[in-house]
Amino acid sequence: MSKSAILSSSIAKKYWMALTGLFLCLFLVGHLLGNLQLILKAGEEGKRAFNEYAYFMTHNPLIKVMSYLTYLSILFHAVDGILLTIQNKKARPIGYAHNSPNANSKFFARQMAVLGSIILIFIVIHMSNFWWKMKYSSDPMPLHSITVVDPQSKTPQSLYITHSDNYFPVSAFENSQMGEAQMEIRNGNEFFNKQVDVKMGEGYKDLYSLTVAFFGKDTDAIKANEQAGLAVAFYVLAMIVLSLHLMHGFSSAFQSLGVNHRRYNAGIKLFGKLFSIIIPAAFAMIPLYIFFTK
Amino acid sequence: MASKYINVNLKVWRQKNANTKGKMETYKLDTVSTDSSFLEMMDQLNEQLINERQEPIAFDHDCREGICGMCSLYINGRAHGPDNAVTTCQLHMRKFDDGATIYIEPWRSKAFPVIKDLVVDRSAFDRIQQAGGFVSVNTSGNTIDANATPIPKADADKAFEAAACIGCGACVASCKNSSAMLFVGAKVSQYALLPQGKVEATNRVLNMVRQMEEEGFGNCTNTGACEVECPKGISLENIARMNREFMKAMITAE
Ligand code: HEM
Ligand code: SF4
Ligand code: FES
Repeated sequence: MSKSAILSSSIAKKYWMALTGLFLCLFLVGHLLGNLQLILKAGEEGKRAFNEYAYFMTHNPLIKVMSYLTYLSILFHAVDGILLTIQNKKARPIGYAHNSPNANSKFFARQMAVLGSIILIFIVIHMSNFWWKMKYSSDPMPLHSITVVDPQSKTPQSLYITHSDNYFPVSAFENSQMGEAQMEIRNGNEFFNKQVDVKMGEGYKDLYSLTVAFFGKDTDAIKANEQAGLAVAFYVLAMIVLSLHLMHGFSSAFQSLGVNHRRYNAGIKLFGKLFSIIIPAAFAMIPLYIFFTK
Repeated sequence: MASKYINVNLKVWRQKNANTKGKMETYKLDTVSTDSSFLEMMDQLNEQLINERQEPIAFDHDCREGICGMCSLYINGRAHGPDNAVTTCQLHMRKFDDGATIYIEPWRSKAFPVIKDLVVDRSAFDRIQQAGGFVSVNTSGNTIDANATPIPKADADKAFEAAACIGCGACVASCKNSSAMLFVGAKVSQYALLPQGKVEATNRVLNMVRQMEEEGFGNCTNTGACEVECPKGISLENIARMNREFMKAMITAE
């Protein structure tokens, strides 16, 4: 048996589709739990929870490994899926003049490549909206700040929240002891005392405000996106497509891996159905909630 | 059921030979008994064509009782037509309405090239069988009686269900990918379940799958169309079993 069978054989390709697909299902659960921080707690607490989560996601080494695995899975899954689909199209050079495929199969099971390609387009747009801005954009992200009123001077002042509990919040204005004249933000979110060149703490990139504004709600830091309606509609549409992809994909992956047993089939089918409805619906609920509660 | 007569409009694929392009032709056929089978209707059409001094339509058939797997025909968009769990020879004209338009096409797959009209070359299946769909038995005179080997009833039943495949190719024809996985899955399973078949299991699955790929069949995407259209009710379980067998073989083969 040639070693390349692990990549090139039609059945092995299906193992890879199934394994990467199921791994992406796991990723969806993790991603959803994070996103829910946007709406589970109200106000400042919610903002704190989400921005802390975003910080965690960009700083934990285990998460780094997982995220690279996720990028790899998406790439591999998409490339393998498209290659399989091209091969499959070639296997029937002349089609039927009259065909009734609905008599024997579901349309979403036959359109996995179309559904997957829409998901791929969504992923690219989605990442350029949030992930790219968070990590690479040239204009700096706003940092998470709160406004407090000094009881003595009665003047409101804005403070940056810092990541470590060992540091006090850093003032965003000059009229404090550690004023802006001495403070400098480096690498997007690190507060440095210019005079002594010491790092005073790390701020949170305010992904919460970015996201909430993107889906149509004004925040202190950013004004609401004028095209939020479009953004929400596209997001919801993508989740419907994802739901259909999983409606077939989830249980299909088990079949590909050879798991087909009378005792478990009904359970896998049921779990797959629930998963493919609940997960995308919960994702879609978040921008809808933000949009309609502004 | 009282017999009735219907008139039908037939749209049939005509193709002179493997090297020419074919096209759909329309024929009218009157007074078709609803008791006749689909193939008898085709015979009636051919008689009409012969009387009109036209060339009769070539189509495959042999046993005409649902066991040989020769009859094919993609009828009104479905392999073996609108009935379930039947071959074309078991399909009856009572399934069609008076005045109905019926599309009749050959199996469509790169691996099943059209030879003439509705006849396709299914020797790809034979080559897959030859690649591993057998057990090697020493016939030097001391062959062990198969019944002397105890086999669990459940396994024997499943092997028998898999062995019911008649190699008709409806699974390939109805699959959007022209995948032959149900056929190969059935052939692999019928041996994999039995002790006699276990001896050559590793090479069998590797060789049969490789041959399947070389013949140009597509990859399975688990749409389940094959299982619905299979006249013998071969289950998708057999594909899953082949996937397990293949995984085992891929990891352990030298
Ligand atoms: C979060 C995103 C995604 C998840 C959770 C996911 C999940 C799955 C699962 C579980 C399967 C079933 C695998 C099998 O039948 O063995 C599948 C199949 C498939 N996916 Fe995805 N997928 C995702 C994104 C994509 C993308 C971006 C594409 C890009 C084109 C894609 C294309 C396909 C195709 C073509 C199939 C059918 C392959 C086959 O059955 O041979 N998917 N997906
Ligand atoms: S699996 Fe069913 S449809 Fe396919 S060749 Fe065998 S009998 Fe025909
Ligand atoms: S002619 Fe033998 S199965 Fe139909």
